[in-house]
Amino acid sequence: MALLKRLVRQNYPEVPFTLDGVSCVGRSGDTVLTAVLTHADRLRHSDFSKSPRAGFCQMGSCQDCWILTADGRRIRACATILEPGMTLLTGLE
Amino acid sequence: MKERVRPLIIGAGPAGIRAAEALVDAGIKPVVVDEAPLGGGQIYRQRIVPDERTARDLYGSEAGKATALHKTLAGLQDRIDYRPRTLAWNIRDNIADVMTDGRGGRIPFSHVILSTGATDRVLPIPGWTLPGVFTLGGAQIALKSQGCAIGEQIVFLGSGPLLYLVAWQYMKAGGHVAAVLDTAPLSAKFHLLRGLLLYPGIVVRGIRYVADLMARGVKVRFGIEPVRIEGDTQVKGLVWRDRGTDHHIACDAVGYGFALRSETQLADLAGCQFVFDKRDRAWQPVCDGAGRSSKPGIYLAGDGVRISGADSAELAGERAGLALIEDCGFPVDKVRIEVLERRLNRVQRFRGILEQAFPFPESLVRSLADDVLLCRCEEVSIGNVRSSAQKFDITDLNRLKALTRVGMGRCQGRVCGSGAAEILAHASGRSLEDVGRLRSQPPIKPLPLDLSSDGEAA
Amino acid sequence: MNAVVVTDVAIIGGGLVGSSAALALRRMGFSVVLLDKGFCGAQASGVNYGGVRRQGRPPEQIPLSQRAHAIWPRLREVIGTDGEFIRSGHLKLARTEAEMASLEAYAARVSRHDLGLELIGHNGLRERFPWIADDVVGASLCAGDGHANPRIVSAAFAHAARMSGAQVLENTPVLHVEKVSDTFHMQASGGAEIRSRFLINSAGAWAGAFAEAFGEPVPLKRIYPSMIVTEPLPLFMSVNIGAEGGGVYARQVERGNCIVGGVRGEPLDDPDFSRPTGSGALTIMNRAARLFPTLQKAHAIRFWSGTEGEMDDRNPIIGPSRTTSGLFHAFGFSGAGFQIAPGVGEVLAELVRDGESSTSLDSFSIDRFTRADQARTRVL
Repeated sequence: MALLKRLVRQNYPEVPFTLDGVSCVGRSGDTVLTAVLTHADRLRHSDFSKSPRAGFCQMGSCQDCWILTADGRRIRACATILEPGMTLLTGLE
Repeated sequence: MKERVRPLIIGAGPAGIRAAEALVDAGIKPVVVDEAPLGGGQIYRQRIVPDERTARDLYGSEAGKATALHKTLAGLQDRIDYRPRTLAWNIRDNIADVMTDGRGGRIPFSHVILSTGATDRVLPIPGWTLPGVFTLGGAQIALKSQGCAIGEQIVFLGSGPLLYLVAWQYMKAGGHVAAVLDTAPLSAKFHLLRGLLLYPGIVVRGIRYVADLMARGVKVRFGIEPVRIEGDTQVKGLVWRDRGTDHHIACDAVGYGFALRSETQLADLAGCQFVFDKRDRAWQPVCDGAGRSSKPGIYLAGDGVRISGADSAELAGERAGLALIEDCGFPVDKVRIEVLERRLNRVQRFRGILEQAFPFPESLVRSLADDVLLCRCEEVSIGNVRSSAQKFDITDLNRLKALTRVGMGRCQGRVCGSGAAEILAHASGRSLEDVGRLRSQPPIKPLPLDLSSDGEAA
Repeated sequence: MNAVVVTDVAIIGGGLVGSSAALALRRMGFSVVLLDKGFCGAQASGVNYGGVRRQGRPPEQIPLSQRAHAIWPRLREVIGTDGEFIRSGHLKLARTEAEMASLEAYAARVSRHDLGLELIGHNGLRERFPWIADDVVGASLCAGDGHANPRIVSAAFAHAARMSGAQVLENTPVLHVEKVSDTFHMQASGGAEIRSRFLINSAGAWAGAFAEAFGEPVPLKRIYPSMIVTEPLPLFMSVNIGAEGGGVYARQVERGNCIVGGVRGEPLDDPDFSRPTGSGALTIMNRAARLFPTLQKAHAIRFWSGTEGEMDDRNPIIGPSRTTSGLFHAFGFSGAGFQIAPGVGEVLAELVRDGESSTSLDSFSIDRFTRADQARTRVL
């Protein structure tokens, strides 16, 4: 279930991206965190116990909101602006 | 000569912007680096794109200040060397190592003003790593900057002025606030009456937030103890204890925090001396009333040196800018300095009162179960910390880090450090001051290994 | 705290050498006081890279290194933890033909020591270690070498020494030491006074002052090896990596973090502490990303460096004092002490008990510098 509830920018231009192989649509002005968590309940799994994580501080400090891109990079979701065509993975590595 | 003065300001929040303004007014052109794409800091954070909300919707009573600050920064653009989206990840010997949009660089400086701000101070509680749990500041940013609520049924938990402000902002924005749970007792709030003399507007506004919440039927409770956040893969509910009785509430999101903690890593890397601050329950960089650190040429302003709030940060930023100007041998407006210092002193008196109204929940530290995760990054439990402290006779936070990995992960202890200090102090029977502070290491935030190292970003 | 502590052996410096000596001495029945100016193992022993490697050592160190080699797999039995020791093998890379020739020459030089070195050509490397950059020419593998966690090993040795009955005094700098007739007298901070029959100087980068106190000045310099560590990554780096000619070394721990070293940091205002330089750290990050393409997409989450004593000839000083009977030195490991330290501890215990060690220490004597000076003087 989605974590975040969008209150504004409902009809802003669509920004398509892929999450775990599924086509999704974010809105112009979204961070990656917003785009993913308005569709899903997690961004990644913790490094050791593999428990789901979905960010914490949203201001680039806690480093909890890393998400994997299809090309193997990790990006900080709260500080990265969603770009069209991003391919993101929440799955276990 | 003014051309030879090349100050660097790190952080473009209230303190950084006012510091930059003071320098520009004196004919000095600073470099201003800021991690965010747009200035304003966390408190006056700007949206990535405009949306249907007004400044009043976003910043409430502080809309005027926010707008003024944004305007000031916009007006300074041509007269400062402004570098947004830039992380200063190390600082030493008059050079800051930076990363802008994934490219590396070095910024040499003659003076530096560190206005690095603060983040939420949190304590570990059972379930705090579940998706749907955010800091109070995080919940506020989701709303302010992204126009998102952190859930459909939200509980706000903790203590500090931000608790009520964020809950009220959510309510105003149309979010459903299930409860506001304050760990500080109601009796502590009477300290605020003394605050009325200093800042009647702020106190009255705070009382109004609580009244508004209650009037809308939001459950507001004082003097509670959080028991656990429930859920398997995301938040489903929360249990709290009130005078010995456990209460359960269904919710899908929790925003929580216990006031703020200063971001002091750059001051540490720059070689500033630290001193234990009882009020903030933390080791903070030594700073005089004008913003001078223990090291010549290094100035500190705002919440990054001592938690004092946004209004104070604006004053302190300007004061630090003037101190820098004065130290370079240029004339400054002494009357203005007096005014700033008087106002800054008044804020400090008020902060003392706030601390009494929203005291840190010391008893929570003692009651936390061993299986609760302390370090989110390295996934180290409180029990691990307590038993290692016992086994190795650990009395020092850096030793604790070395032997348990607490604070060794991606966040470098920014999240767990204050909780770890509280737990170690309690476990070792020492004072918070005695267990010390985590020594900072660069990079203060993760860097890509293929980061370019192509020299000066001049 | 003003009571005088009388003990058989006092040890200055609770790093891996001092702690392992304390443990070995306790097992022989000596009473031991172990002193550290800070926390045991908090300096070079605890913050080094963690290589457990015989390959690449000068031949004169190998008998001692072999002795330590036998201890590492038994750590759990000796100190109650395996210290994350993994016998992964140590692979030393040659980036040029000249470096490969140098690896071959080394293999020939140490052939009588049974290190089991295996020279691997370019194709073999591609096949067995495909995660290493394609332009590496070849390598030498020492399958019996590995790596371990210095933070854990050093603290565990000190803890084991304490558990075995050694009196461990942390945060207790030794302020004055002298020998009065047959007894060493030490004054330490907090008013502690220690008297001992034997004294071991294992004070690492701080050992020079104690050697000098007994009329044995040595050319001990400080170095600050610095490291970076990545975020946890899927396991791929199956061996501990070194490079002929230096400049980069790397290992991946079981939790997934890669640790990469190869440059030096700088001392802080308090020279007991040091920190990597920004440019130095970037240099090793970039080197690692080039050498291991998998790391191009990884992040460094932390840098650190330690303070270590280095001798001119990069060999440690291990053995009896030439001026003072009952005094033994063991320091100056020059950035390569971690693997051999547990062996050095045993050797020191033998020196105390027997006056000699079953392992040859000829190359490590403290008077080799003064002898060299005299030789030079004679030539002149």
